Amino acid sequence: MAVVTYIQAITDALHEELKRDPSVFLLGEDIGQYGGAFRVTQGFLEEFGPQRILDTPLSESAIIGVAAGAAMAGFRPVAEMQFMDFITVGFNQIVNVCAKMHYRSGLKVPMVIRGPSGGYVHGGPFHSQNPEGWFIRTPGLKVVAPSTPYDAKGLLKAAIRDDNPVLYFEHKFLYRRIKEEVPDEDYIVPIGKGEIKRPGKDVTVITYAAMVHMAIEVAEEFAKEGVEIEVVDLRSLLPYDKELILDSVKRCNRVLLLHEDTITGGPAGEWAAYISEHAFEYLDAPLKRVAALDAPIPYAPPLEEYFLPNKEKIQKALRELLDY
Amino acid sequence: MPKSSAEGGVLEAAPLKFEIEDRPYEGLKKDDYLKLLYYMKLTRAAEGRIVKLYRQGKVVGGVYLGTGMEATAAGSAYALDFNKGDVLFPLIRDLGAHFAFGQTPTVYFAQYLNRIGSPTKGKDGNIHLSDPSKRIVGMISHLAAMIPPAVGWALALKMKGSQGVVMNYIGNGGAQVGDFHEGLNFAAVQKVPFVLIIENNQYAYSTPNRLQYACERLSDRAIGYGIPGYCIDGTNVLEVYETCCRAVERARAGEGPTLIEAVSMRMRGHSEHDDHKYVPKELLEKWAKQDPIERYQAYLFGKDLLNEGSLKQLDDRINAEIEAAVESAEASPEPEPRTAAEGVYANE
Repeated sequence: MAVVTYIQAITDALHEELKRDPSVFLLGEDIGQYGGAFRVTQGFLEEFGPQRILDTPLSESAIIGVAAGAAMAGFRPVAEMQFMDFITVGFNQIVNVCAKMHYRSGLKVPMVIRGPSGGYVHGGPFHSQNPEGWFIRTPGLKVVAPSTPYDAKGLLKAAIRDDNPVLYFEHKFLYRRIKEEVPDEDYIVPIGKGEIKRPGKDVTVITYAAMVHMAIEVAEEFAKEGVEIEVVDLRSLLPYDKELILDSVKRCNRVLLLHEDTITGGPAGEWAAYISEHAFEYLDAPLKRVAALDAPIPYAPPLEEYFLPNKEKIQKALRELLDY
Repeated sequence: MPKSSAEGGVLEAAPLKFEIEDRPYEGLKKDDYLKLLYYMKLTRAAEGRIVKLYRQGKVVGGVYLGTGMEATAAGSAYALDFNKGDVLFPLIRDLGAHFAFGQTPTVYFAQYLNRIGSPTKGKDGNIHLSDPSKRIVGMISHLAAMIPPAVGWALALKMKGSQGVVMNYIGNGGAQVGDFHEGLNFAAVQKVPFVLIIENNQYAYSTPNRLQYACERLSDRAIGYGIPGYCIDGTNVLEVYETCCRAVERARAGEGPTLIEAVSMRMRGHSEHDDHKYVPKELLEKWAKQDPIERYQAYLFGKDLLNEGSLKQLDDRINAEIEAAVESAEASPEPEPRTAAEGVYANE
């Protein structure tokens, strides 16, 4: 067992998959010679050569489309978006070519699009977005967003081995801020399976990625008062773990839906609808959401702090749920 | 030989040739000359039959024809070799390419009649015909979107050390979409075995070329990517075939992609519901004089490769094939409703 950071876990997963399977290759902007804008692929070009570590032109639509074509031809490409904000340039390739190819032709498209997303780093409107909400309503795609080094490694391996297009949202705030022990031996975290990251009995917080850590911090504070908050980390957003949600909701009876994506049309709306359809009688209070405001993500720290979820907003929502 | 912009040649406007140049075409045997005619005629006959089925209300969606463009479609794909690993990414008016690359009329009719006899099994319609077993990848409706995936398949062939080549098509409208640039530039940088054919048929739906682009020749763009570009007569099947052979050969030799602009005229509306009134009559009359099939037949008569008897035999054979294909497609059932939600994901 080695202690690794979240970003190192991503590097290790890519490295191990490149060594394990010759059909895996990486492509993206500045990933070779430079080692990636965040150094995820440092040293890869020297080790695996320019055929498997492709420095591409600044063409996100081509990066994604080329990956799709190579995937149809039997490879397992992993395309890097330098920032997940730029994924929109390849939107049509993702939602119309990749997502629909198997359905309409029977051709498999085993590929991964990965890259850094998320705020709390003062990156402004084009380097801090959470674009996952645009994709979780696109049948044919899988969407994952890990919160820990263990999950980051296991989910990336599962994504690379999956026969479908998988969008893998890394959280750049977590890159070097969290570390944990990760097994040396090969493992995967199955796509579609969530995990209870902190068990509790009074309120369920359903969330993913960086918000898992914020929820746990708040839960520890509540624990001092004898209130036990359960933190459910979905890990996968499409498909998502409906069984785990129902299990937790039926035990805790109060639910906070928390995410960093903006609130209107965000993932929480879908979870809320599902819970209302399947566990309404178990609820002791109306569902609550904490999410980013309906605005572009701003640059200046006071604006960004106001825009994003924070501990105070989560605490307030939890109090309201408990006091209902 | 058509000029290459990358070689610094001066491009001429596409010549309106009424004669097909009488010279030997490399590597063509008598059988090949007749097969080219067969694929063009099969295309026109199959499309004529689909129009009848459409008017009988048997086709639920639109009908898109390649009338006037058969030489470009059939002549280009005939330059490919399935056994060498080649791959076809055709466009909306390329039925001739499907046939020349091994697709059968039965599958074409099953596709248009939304029967499970088509590899898309009713999930996608008309000319969006993919067939993995034949290495044919059907287009999506967003034009130019298939260029990057076609380049990606070509990259895969290069990485595998395969001899295969990917042939992909785009229109005079689709060439104005961003993916045209992103895809072709990527192909050029990576020197992948890729041939892109711009089928310049003068109109994109109702919009004439003068409102689509301001350059003289779309093939001139090749020089901007550092690759050879050719502008050819897209109604001359032999010129199409020969140019594509050179491009395919170049790709197989590891020398990278080629851009070919094949100039022709879309002789029908965008689809069969479109009355085509926006096209000046004189323009259609002018292009009617160089109908790709009639010109080529006259050429073959002149070369003693065809006579009245063998032409009739060919027509009879095509008609019989088409009637059998329609019958077989109509015998294929429509898909079960529950399959609408199946196959969204692979292996699930």
